[in-house]
Amino acid sequence: MSDHPDLTKLIFGRLSWDAIPFHEPILLATFAAVLVGGLVLLGLITKYRLWGYLWHEWFTSIDHKKIGIMYMVLGLVMLLRGFADAIMMRLQQAISFGDNLGYLPPHHYDQVFTAHGVIMIFFVAMPIVTGLMNYIVPLQIGARDVAFPFLNNFSFWMTTSGAVLVMASLFVGEFARTGWLAYPPLSGILASPDVGVDYYIWSLQIAGVGTLLSGVNLLVTIIKMRAPGMKLMQMPVFTWTALCTNVLIIAAFPVLTAVLALLSMDRYLGTHMFTNELGGNAMMYVNLIWIWGHPEVYILILPMFGVFSEVVSTFAGKRLFGYTSMVYATIVITVLSYLVWLHHFFTMGSGASVNSFFGITTMIISIPTGAKIFNWLFTMYRGRIRFELPMMWVVAFMVTFVIGGMTGVLLAVPPADFSLHNSLFLIAHFHNVIIGGVLFGAFAAINFWFPKAFGFRLDPFWGKCSFWLWVVGFYFAFMPLYVLGLMGVTRRISHFEDPSLQIWFQIAAFGAVLIALGIGAMLIQFVVSFLRREQLRDVTGDPWGGRTLEWSTSSPPPAYNFAFTPVVHDGDAWWQMKRLGWQRPLAGFIDIHMPKNTGAGIILAGISTVLGFAMIWQMWLLAALAFVSLLAVAIGHTFNYNREYYIQAADVARVEAARTEQLASHV
Amino acid sequence: MSDAKSYDTYNTAAAPLRFHQETEHHPENGTLLGFWLYLMSDCLIFACLFAVYGVLGRSYAGGPTGAEIFELPLVALNTSLLLLSSITYGFAMLEMQRNRVNGTLVWLAVTGLLGAGFIGIELYEFGNLIAEGNGPQRSAFLSSFFTLVGTHGLHVSCGIIWLITLMVQVKRKGLIGPNKRRLWCLSMFWHFLDVVWIGVFSFVYLMGVLP
Amino acid sequence: MLLVPFRPMSSKVLRGLLLPAVLLLSGCQTVLMSPSGDLAVQQRDIILISLVLMLLIVVPVIGLTLFFAWRYRASNQKATYKPDWDHSTVLELLIWSAPLLIIIALGALTWVSTHKLDPFRPLERISHGREIPAGVKPLEVDVVALDWKWLFIYPEQGIATVNELAAPVDRPIQFKITASTVMNSFFIPSLAGQIYAMPGMETKLHAVINKAGTYEGISANYSGAGFSGMHFKFLGLSEGEFEQWVAKAKDGGALTRESYLQLEKPSENEPVRRYASVVPDLYPAIVNLCVAPGTPCMHETMAKDAARAGKPAGEHDMSHMEHMEH
Repeated sequence: MSDHPDLTKLIFGRLSWDAIPFHEPILLATFAAVLVGGLVLLGLITKYRLWGYLWHEWFTSIDHKKIGIMYMVLGLVMLLRGFADAIMMRLQQAISFGDNLGYLPPHHYDQVFTAHGVIMIFFVAMPIVTGLMNYIVPLQIGARDVAFPFLNNFSFWMTTSGAVLVMASLFVGEFARTGWLAYPPLSGILASPDVGVDYYIWSLQIAGVGTLLSGVNLLVTIIKMRAPGMKLMQMPVFTWTALCTNVLIIAAFPVLTAVLALLSMDRYLGTHMFTNELGGNAMMYVNLIWIWGHPEVYILILPMFGVFSEVVSTFAGKRLFGYTSMVYATIVITVLSYLVWLHHFFTMGSGASVNSFFGITTMIISIPTGAKIFNWLFTMYRGRIRFELPMMWVVAFMVTFVIGGMTGVLLAVPPADFSLHNSLFLIAHFHNVIIGGVLFGAFAAINFWFPKAFGFRLDPFWGKCSFWLWVVGFYFAFMPLYVLGLMGVTRRISHFEDPSLQIWFQIAAFGAVLIALGIGAMLIQFVVSFLRREQLRDVTGDPWGGRTLEWSTSSPPPAYNFAFTPVVHDGDAWWQMKRLGWQRPLAGFIDIHMPKNTGAGIILAGISTVLGFAMIWQMWLLAALAFVSLLAVAIGHTFNYNREYYIQAADVARVEAARTEQLASHV
Repeated sequence: MSDAKSYDTYNTAAAPLRFHQETEHHPENGTLLGFWLYLMSDCLIFACLFAVYGVLGRSYAGGPTGAEIFELPLVALNTSLLLLSSITYGFAMLEMQRNRVNGTLVWLAVTGLLGAGFIGIELYEFGNLIAEGNGPQRSAFLSSFFTLVGTHGLHVSCGIIWLITLMVQVKRKGLIGPNKRRLWCLSMFWHFLDVVWIGVFSFVYLMGVLP
Repeated sequence: MLLVPFRPMSSKVLRGLLLPAVLLLSGCQTVLMSPSGDLAVQQRDIILISLVLMLLIVVPVIGLTLFFAWRYRASNQKATYKPDWDHSTVLELLIWSAPLLIIIALGALTWVSTHKLDPFRPLERISHGREIPAGVKPLEVDVVALDWKWLFIYPEQGIATVNELAAPVDRPIQFKITASTVMNSFFIPSLAGQIYAMPGMETKLHAVINKAGTYEGISANYSGAGFSGMHFKFLGLSEGEFEQWVAKAKDGGALTRESYLQLEKPSENEPVRRYASVVPDLYPAIVNLCVAPGTPCMHETMAKDAARAGKPAGEHDMSHMEHMEH
């Protein structure tokens, strides 16, 4: 090979054996564990002949319910990876004082905190949010699927493809050492010449395609596919928040795509958008990425506000207080989220008037958010609250989130921010709202809708263990960071001199251990629930006394969701149907038009992964091949006109008869 | 569920409400709306690139200014080709509405050729600039110029590939529903690129040359 | 299974309210809560006022949440149950206007304080109730964030130091701040808030230290491998001590363009260095990225660019364009 250096370079680009981290025992051990675990998993799938089942029933499925579940699985798997990063950082910061340099050199530590941020936002929170919307929205609006079922499958696999690239960076090469937003000039080719930032760019670009298309898909679904009679102001609040989130996705993600494309131009083609030399302007990157970045946090939190609304009114057994103001609050937040981006960099020197403008717009967002909190509060008022797991998460959320919201508004006051910016106070703040808001919301949602998706409830004992470990762990892990922030400790530091800080980091590490146990309890909860599924079985389809249409069908719902399309007369459609004694139709079924499965999505995403990998390592030949085949497969797919089929009325009748029998056995 | 008695919003004595539809419900097709939403997101990408050009457009870094390198006559020709192609695409759509396959195909072909001419001239312009040492690496101004104009060119190229694909599909399957829908989508895409180009022409070329 | 017993809820009360309170109390002795520079003191006051304003609404919300959760638990059959009560105009007006009022107060505070404490704005006072004596000129310090150490140039004294900064107590300081390659943030928590240090750009900070002592200075924006070690000591000294400190630097070498280019190369955990003299115009050259011989200075390039910006290529084109304009 050494005779043909050019050929080697053409085929392998920058990739060589040096890229494999043989010298890093932590990575090598992780790699070995992942390899063994992966092989065992693949072996089991082969042994039990599950490949065909997985391929036909899941990977190529265009059923929004299955895609939603796959998103959730992706999010939870990546949560384990992102949390592993988190606990590594906590451990490093708890021991790395004075002469003790800890166990992570800066080279490794800096990748860990970058990967933690990227994974938690893009590959944990986003898949969980998208997965929830995918599963719930069509059921809540009485639709059979989303507007573009194939696109949905494709979007999921593109997101997965991005996640695969991030995971690959763990073992082949390295990840970015820039912080999760990769500010230039640090992320430019001069300061970061290696593949880390390229992994960052390509994984986000590929996943971003999925996110954007999924946003378009769900928005069209909500606008066009609502059940007859469902007016906009009768949509369930979760659907409303999903609508606003998808508007935000469509209006924010293109900015991320553009800014990352510009950064890659700088890195690959030597242009000067964000360089120090020849007229580039790095501040433009900071502005652009936050024009995406701030709406992004609302993309994550809005659907969770929807979840809390559904859960609180269900378990309080009461209509949601102030539905209209809830909807308008959501819309106001959606619009305002575009007018606050500069609060992420008051310290860049924009001048007092600009800073105060953005500070005040930020504070204004807390008004509709406050109104929402009060609405939940008054939904509980004069209710009859059943403290099942989802409701417990809501109470934990309300207490935790207002603290995070308060410190957030504090950070929006520019003079305060000049002292607190980039400090651990900031870290504590956004974990306070993201864990207390997004994650607690996700856990409420998982416990709430799990019986709908799988036909049995989650085990409450292990759920409560997980709940208390998470909530207590959260306070132990992040309250000390507020104090450390006030002590002038900044973020992303891997080694400290001042011994008086150590005790706080140790408390935080203890909190992280509690959270680890909480995650463990959650995994046990899944396993135990599966083993006890017969005791936890939900035969009614409506285990909690629900209010919206998803509870009107069986658990899990049939492929076609509803034997007959529901007709809606009230915001709490299912609640009204129950009140007025609606009888489930037992005959007169008709053929149902459904979209067909296709493998095009997973194939296109697979090729995209190869393309991304080739571009990262500058394997130009492979990249060209991948690009051409991507184009060919995409065009080839458009020649497939045969995308739909009918579920025969007889099959519908059979499924519905089985349900009738099940319902009868329950009573 | 046991609280049904206290429910008084609805008077059950009135005509009973129907809660499901016995016939299959066919929601409106959302493809055009979906595609339009996609175009709006694409529009935001261009908005970013315009903004970047707005910031960097005067950072010549000692290199050439727009006035020194833009060849307006060439760009004017280019612009007219693209504008003309929008008109010919309109003719194709008229033919489509009359369900004439051949007429549609001819006008689509003309549109494609005009688009290819546009791309050809753009590549010629880029080639000249790079040959003179005024490539995208020369200055922030040229970086943002090549990016903005190049991204538009890339879109037109994708449009041409799509157009050829659609021509094959129309030829094979005729003007069936899905093909018509796709022609509508491409129509929006093509006109959208025209609108963007008018922005590029005025904002980059005209304002670059004007004092 | 329907109920969580009351006891865990009350431990939530403890955790939700007491733990943060204890933490906040211990936060009172922290550097941000008891700083030594007037600007940082005023920023501390803003933090505390804002916090109190928001607690006015946050504490009742947390209290009500826990109270309602307990009062309206399903097992409490005595509590009123109104399943269809979902609207009250008075309540809704209240829940929108209560946060609104707080935000109006906070917004006014923000507008005034942001302008008053703008780091670019020269100081008006030394500390509470003490005007700047007439004739006192601020001490100028030019700050350069290098990979990964801090260079401080004192134009008035003609010296420079690395990773050690000093200033006389109660004398206003004017920092001009830039960076060599990547973004950093110049932050001395006990003195004043931070401001970014960016290559090819200059930011400013006006501050004053009111108490003698040795304080921590850091970079507060991640800048690469040596970031954790990129801290320095800031010495608040009496006038006499400051003179001695300056004299100490006079034993050091000269900071020439060559030695600057050596210093600029990435290095980690650098010890304190002192330079007895600084080559003239070094700092402007750093800001304009033209210390290395043969590199054009940014401000000159930009001035030329600006001059050429509107200039047409030739006479012919000019008339052509004028024609189009009309």
